[in-house]
Amino acid sequence: MAQTQSAVDARAAAQTRVRFELLVELVRKDLKVKYKNSALGFVWSLATPLLYLIVFTVVFTFLFRGVDNFPVLFMAGFLVWTFFNLSTLTATGAVVGNANLVRKVRFPRIVLPLSSVGFGGVHFLLQLAVLLAVLAVFYRDAFGPQLVLVLPALAVAVTFTVSMSLLASALNVRYRDVEHLLEVALLAWFWATPIVYQATLVRDRLAGKGLSWLFQLYMANPITAVVVAMQRAIYNHPVVKGQQVLPADGYGFYLTWLGVAAVISVVLLGVGLWTFRRLQADFAEEL
Amino acid sequence: MAEATISATGVGKRFLLHHQRATSLKERLLLHRRSTSEEFWALRDVDLRIGGGQTVGLIGPNGSGKSTLLKVLSGILAPTTGRVAVRGRVASLLELGAGFNGELTGRENVYLNAAILGLSRGETRRYFDDIVAFAELEPLIDNQVKHYSSGQYVRLGFAVAVHVSPDILLVDEVLAVGDESFQRKCLTKIAEFQERGCTILFVTHSLDLVPKVCSRAVVLDHGRVLHDGDPVEATERLRSLLGTAADQSGGAILGPDRPRFARARLFDPTTGIHKGHYSIGEPMVVDFDVAGPHGAPPVSVRLAVTGPADVPLWVMDSDPLVFGPDGIATVRFTVKELPPVKGIFAFAAALRDPGTKVTYDARRFADAFLAVGDSAKGIVEVAWTAEQVETPGEEERDRAAGDRRRSEL
Repeated sequence: MAQTQSAVDARAAAQTRVRFELLVELVRKDLKVKYKNSALGFVWSLATPLLYLIVFTVVFTFLFRGVDNFPVLFMAGFLVWTFFNLSTLTATGAVVGNANLVRKVRFPRIVLPLSSVGFGGVHFLLQLAVLLAVLAVFYRDAFGPQLVLVLPALAVAVTFTVSMSLLASALNVRYRDVEHLLEVALLAWFWATPIVYQATLVRDRLAGKGLSWLFQLYMANPITAVVVAMQRAIYNHPVVKGQQVLPADGYGFYLTWLGVAAVISVVLLGVGLWTFRRLQADFAEEL
Repeated sequence: MAEATISATGVGKRFLLHHQRATSLKERLLLHRRSTSEEFWALRDVDLRIGGGQTVGLIGPNGSGKSTLLKVLSGILAPTTGRVAVRGRVASLLELGAGFNGELTGRENVYLNAAILGLSRGETRRYFDDIVAFAELEPLIDNQVKHYSSGQYVRLGFAVAVHVSPDILLVDEVLAVGDESFQRKCLTKIAEFQERGCTILFVTHSLDLVPKVCSRAVVLDHGRVLHDGDPVEATERLRSLLGTAADQSGGAILGPDRPRFARARLFDPTTGIHKGHYSIGEPMVVDFDVAGPHGAPPVSVRLAVTGPADVPLWVMDSDPLVFGPDGIATVRFTVKELPPVKGIFAFAAALRDPGTKVTYDARRFADAFLAVGDSAKGIVEVAWTAEQVETPGEEERDRAAGDRRRSEL
């Protein structure tokens, strides 16, 4: 076994460090398992945004008179919410669901929640591609320089989602309540985020009651910052028929709140990593 | 030369035995004051350094902390005190198929499992054919694992675990699961790893195996290291601990009035010491004590040495034995030179009436001894030569081919 010391160390590290290859393999597994016995397989997850677009177009064109092109506004926020929602919920069960592995095999446990985020991420990217393809035909307004705003928004979304996933997956090992608690919390969270309604509505109502400071708190929700930035990037019409749909015209507002969200996300990521590291020593015993 | 090692320094592992375990927030709140728990130290002050291609047996009574130690060393459990340092790739045979997903095919699971064990996709691709061949699953590899039999499942898990080219192999009682041929395969694989210089730590309850396979043995008792060193001494200490030092018989007792095997001993004739690990060409001696009731008829012993798949390699028959006044007769089989066949061998011994050939007692001693040699030369050594010969010229070959064609007609 003549080999360099570094090769031995590298092999030891391959079993304890997070390797991209392992993440890819785990995401691939999750995708394969999810679509194993369905004839259309992946098409289902691609069809979801299309279906939403159609339903919302019908509902909001014929039943309710909402903002022009409301389905586009909705989808811009909804897809990124789905990414956050799906990833966090999948991650919550990731360690518990792989108990067999955790109890028996030496590998970096942190890849379990990370691969859940990867799983949500793959779905999100494909759905975003479908949405953009549809918009390329029906909603040309989406394509302009403002679309670049998607990139910082997604960076924040990923950081925040990873931090929440780490926290949820680690805590769920000790307290299985986390799973149920999170489901309820995410439902409330969904409505606390301007996806179905517009952020300007909240701002105006609060301002009317002299509670403008509460709006600052409302915007400090990292997902809200991401959602409004996505809406600005894709919907691209701050004002429609004299009505303020998006909270601001320029990009300063969005970038400022994304900055706040980034700081919050990075701090939470630190907390998440610390919590996961601390709790993972007991995973094999708790499961 | 780099050395792969696992070292444990002052390792202790404490478990809390909760009488009422709070697994939800509600219980946590309600049980806040009343929750009682007891401390239990599964390991205490364990200092251990394994490496250098040693094969270390880890033995001890039930609940002595063997499996916990293995899990702490492999990084699955975190030690409560002390520290564990690992150099090199660790594979353990305690996880056969642990990472498999029933919905995926065998092929997909091999890639997934290998990635979890620290292999890159390229490395896995290189080993893939060997893994499938070893598991004997070529026709099924693209079937979903949920359709595999449990044997196929374990075989695939084992194949992956042993093909990740580990530096350190941890084995936990695999020899207790699986059928005989699987156990033999495990032992053969272990011998192969030994020759490659892999460090092996294995937990076992079959004490006979320890001096045969290990160069060192560690005895654990109540979480502490009782002995670390010579394997024969280790098994003796454990036997005295278990109170089974004198009793090595066991097995079938076929009624008090029939002759039966009382004891078997395998040793090196030059030293008289028990030995289970031989090189080919070495002498070997086996003694059998046979117990017979007073005035029992004479019996003869037939001893077959069996190799893979229980094929008898050779059979030895004794002359009729006469029981002494103590009702014991001892027969000694001496093999002057072990034949040039390598592997793990078993004994099948039968106690028979020399006249009627009625069998009074039959015993199988699995994994009785191990014969080692250079594995690069295959399992059998055969006298052979290789020389360069003149090849026939082209015309000659054509003519020969023509002749053959004619003769076919």
